[in-house]
Amino acid sequence: MEIKQHSSCSCIPNVQPPACGCPPDNKPLPPISTITSTITFANHLDHFLARWGWKRSEHRVEPGLYRLGNPAADSPVFASANYTLSFDALRSALAGIDGYILVLDTKGINVWCAAGKGTFGTDELVSRIQSTGLASVVSHRKIIVPQLGAPGVSWPEVLRRSGFFVEYGPVRARDLPEYLKTRKATDEMRRVQFPVKERVVLTPVEFVHVALPAIAAFIILYYLAGYVAALAAITTVVAGTVLFPALLPIIPTYDFSTKGLILGVIISIPFTVSYATITALPLWANAMAALVPMLIIPAVTAYFSLNFTGCTTFTSRTGVKKEIFRYVPVMALMAGSGIVIGIILGVSRLAGVI
Amino acid sequence: MFNSYTETTLKYYPERCINCKRCTQVCPHGVFEEGESTVVLAHPSDCMECGACALNCPVQAIGVQSGVGCAWAMISAALRGKDMDAGECSCGEDEGSCCRQNSEKSSIER
Repeated sequence: MEIKQHSSCSCIPNVQPPACGCPPDNKPLPPISTITSTITFANHLDHFLARWGWKRSEHRVEPGLYRLGNPAADSPVFASANYTLSFDALRSALAGIDGYILVLDTKGINVWCAAGKGTFGTDELVSRIQSTGLASVVSHRKIIVPQLGAPGVSWPEVLRRSGFFVEYGPVRARDLPEYLKTRKATDEMRRVQFPVKERVVLTPVEFVHVALPAIAAFIILYYLAGYVAALAAITTVVAGTVLFPALLPIIPTYDFSTKGLILGVIISIPFTVSYATITALPLWANAMAALVPMLIIPAVTAYFSLNFTGCTTFTSRTGVKKEIFRYVPVMALMAGSGIVIGIILGVSRLAGVI
Repeated sequence: MFNSYTETTLKYYPERCINCKRCTQVCPHGVFEEGESTVVLAHPSDCMECGACALNCPVQAIGVQSGVGCAWAMISAALRGKDMDAGECSCGEDEGSCCRQNSEKSSIER
């Protein structure tokens, strides 16, 4: 990073006005609120509700500049998103460190997702630096941006337009105290992981998202096909939204769809067995009834699994697209034929054949 | 077979590299590694096409068609008759989303 820092800034007009702290139109700079690193009970409650998808776009922090502890003009500046989970992770990780936090308006979305959408991006960073008069608050021209903000931020562009040099901090806020000692991130700090804890924490919102259709399926199947079918529906949804994320790396194969199929086949076994062994039915009806869960359950879990790609930290668009073309037709065929067989069985029962 | 993730749109032109190493800092999967006079494309299949490296390369030595690897967003776009590639990640928007919850990935971010 042999980039010369733009350290000089004066308030004489026409000298790189955006780079310095002169407020546009001589408007007074907004006041800087002071915050602490303490996570209160109210914060924990907010995090919990966010994790369950409660009013999901309303977990926001007011964008702007914040003072953490008792910072001086040479204290570091950290950029963050205006999502409470992001902001709180940052301020709590910085316990005992004095600095400034520049909160960008990401519409209540975390750093990485917002960077992917461009709301955590060059334009917002530059305009937030200017509107807060950051250059007149600190004496240096460096801003520590979370590494995962990089898909939205172009450092040469930020430097050119604001005079601030972007330093990419570690992926995880909790590594910041270590990072600040040397201003160098280790390879480990630069890598995104997706451990079981981070996967499981996503499952409530996954489940809540499909809870209504799942309950509807439960009720409909209960009346149409009995409690075993209703139980199968709930089991499938839980497997697809909770079990799959939890077991992700353990399930064989790389593709999400094939992982989901494998999980679905395992989940379907008890239902298949239960239908295959109904003694009141003729053999052909047993065989057909057994096929229904065997075809539908894996198709549905595979579909849920494929849709989990967007929640992971590593799937590429190219790969996901390939998966869609490869497996969605298979899933549709499986689910479709399962439903057709189910209907044939239902009609046979109504007609008194079985 | 059963691995759709071996190829990506990532392109690297080492002859343009000025060895600023920014790509090694921004990549969350260690795709680029430091080399002698230029960075080295060490693990291309680990690329998730987030686009951070290309956007932060000051000399355009990296190219990638960046996008979010989210089946939900792509299938929704296709179902609505839109281009799958144009389908933006709809996280945080009112009707459903891919990372359909802002909380996604947030525990590793700040």
